[in-house]
Amino acid sequence: MEVGMQSTVSALIKPFVGETGGLMRALHAVQHSQGYVDAAVIPIIADIFNLTKAEVKGVISFYEDFRKAPAGKHVVKICQAEACQAVGARVLTEKTLAVLGLSMGGTSVTGGVTIEPVYCLGLCASGPVAMVNGELRGRLDADAFSNEIKMLERTGE
Amino acid sequence: MITIHLSMDSAAVAVGAEAVAATILAETKSRSIDVTLVRTGSRGMHWLEPLVEIDVGDGRKAFGPISPDDVPSLFEGNFNSSHPTALGSVDEIEFFADQQRMIFSRCGITDPISLLDYGQHGGFEGLKAASKMSASEIVDAVMTSGLRGRGGAAFPAGIKWKTVLSAEADQKYIVCNADEGDSGTFADRMIMEGDPFLLIEGMIIAGLGVEASKGYIYLRSEYPVAQRVLTRAIEIARTDGLLGEAFDIEVFMGAGAYICGEETSLLESLEGKRGQVRAKPPLPALEGLNGRPTLVHNVISLCSVPSILAEGGQWYRDLGMGRSTGTMPFQLAGNIKRGGLFEAPFGVTLHDLVHKYGGGTLSGRPVRAVQVGGPLGAYLPASMLDTPMDYEAFQKIGAGVGHGGIVVFDDTVDLAAQAKYAFDFCAIESCGKCTPCRIGAVRGSEVMAKVMKGEDNVANLALVEDLCEVMEDGSLCAMGGMTPIPVMSAMKHFREDFISEEESK
Repeated sequence: MEVGMQSTVSALIKPFVGETGGLMRALHAVQHSQGYVDAAVIPIIADIFNLTKAEVKGVISFYEDFRKAPAGKHVVKICQAEACQAVGARVLTEKTLAVLGLSMGGTSVTGGVTIEPVYCLGLCASGPVAMVNGELRGRLDADAFSNEIKMLERTGE
Repeated sequence: MITIHLSMDSAAVAVGAEAVAATILAETKSRSIDVTLVRTGSRGMHWLEPLVEIDVGDGRKAFGPISPDDVPSLFEGNFNSSHPTALGSVDEIEFFADQQRMIFSRCGITDPISLLDYGQHGGFEGLKAASKMSASEIVDAVMTSGLRGRGGAAFPAGIKWKTVLSAEADQKYIVCNADEGDSGTFADRMIMEGDPFLLIEGMIIAGLGVEASKGYIYLRSEYPVAQRVLTRAIEIARTDGLLGEAFDIEVFMGAGAYICGEETSLLESLEGKRGQVRAKPPLPALEGLNGRPTLVHNVISLCSVPSILAEGGQWYRDLGMGRSTGTMPFQLAGNIKRGGLFEAPFGVTLHDLVHKYGGGTLSGRPVRAVQVGGPLGAYLPASMLDTPMDYEAFQKIGAGVGHGGIVVFDDTVDLAAQAKYAFDFCAIESCGKCTPCRIGAVRGSEVMAKVMKGEDNVANLALVEDLCEVMEDGSLCAMGGMTPIPVMSAMKHFREDFISEEESK
């Protein structure tokens, strides 16, 4: 990790010390700013919050949102929960993974697209549902959607 | 003067509401006509989204679902009722007309972040009443109402309030559980996006009732629209002086852990720790957030409070049936033709919700199974749909109402795969604190995989039953304790998906 990133992280998280749930807020801030929580920032966070490195690592590893490595340029989260299963989420997931040759959680070799599971986006009457770079998408057609994601990977745009 | 109402609810946004909004604005500009576009919450008829309601001076007329391509012809025809997407007045659509909307009375009608709209449509009546009452009078009203927690456990709210009020402490908290992780549920999301001041009002009243000065809304990170709307609404409420020194609210973001919907796990998370379940006692009402007395309530529970204070506990108690008082926002989801939110007093039957209002399956195939109450809820066969939606009636059939989510499956569903998924979900989301849940879920999934391959099914199904008993009796919280419910109900009602007739002899 660069020295610049270290001081950025320190400055980012200091305001949360002493706040209720300060560590969670700090981790959200780091993830938001860096795109992931680098292992190298764990000692810095531990030091600032007066916690052990294990405690900080324990919190990071507990929550799905905190990434340990950068994601692809585009992040596609496909809902895997029951209401979406009832309208074809399994087929949607399989087709999307197949066109990219990925398994769940993987990032395409170009670094373009990461496919992740999500357990409910609260759009259970509009399934199957996905989130593409933070944008909600409902009533998805498996063929059209998988082709769209394939294009996204190819063009990188 | 023409006013066009268009939802900004996630369920509208996910199917193209933003593109519709842009086209409306472009059309307005190119035709140089005076149109006001108001972004509202959702009416809850998700199969009609994006739904627009247009008022040319003689009341709101609905059109939907609308794609950007429909917009020019709508303008061309002067929003005439002969347009192919015309639905007439929303109030006349059966799905809407047969509801009794109390919690969702404003949702889809008003601008969610307009305090003026909120006040003009019955908002703050509960707070006005509460301001003239003592804390114990407020608690008495909640006690009289018979309100039970809407998050899933259905615990009597009044008892919780009384416990927190009676506790002595330098600081007490109101914590709103907005970690709505159950698949098939979206009532919390819809009210937070569509009428956030209702939740704020409910929390202020709760603060007065139990003498707490600080509130947190623990919101799941999968709800970015709700986060935006709530944050804005809280800012507005602060500027207006509704929130501040006496009582303030903050939105706290979760980070993708289903278990944090369990109240003690939520409190751990809110303290910045791993969301691991706490053993009870001590009850959160006595030792909750930061070790202080804390009233933890689901979004809908808190949103029920303003009406109780405005109309009185007895009025609320008279709604519903038996010990299930008040109204419940039922959520019709999954493979359903007319999905969405249906608020009604308890007692409406599952059959009416799924068939009369929901219109059966989206695929047009027969309904085979219905899962009620989220991932920890029972799978029920079509033959049990006559059950009224009521806590006690559901308990009698080994099921639960939970948070009111109803997920419909057609006859292509494989219940053995659903049972395996229940274990898989538990394995993914278990906090890991207790062994029956942490290990049991993994073992359950492994055994179900064998069952699905047809390996020694008699012995393996007996093993699943045994495992479920251990999980039910030995788990620390509902995650491990209730995962057996979907598994065992699927095995009981859909035996043929698990074992052939020959084998079971």
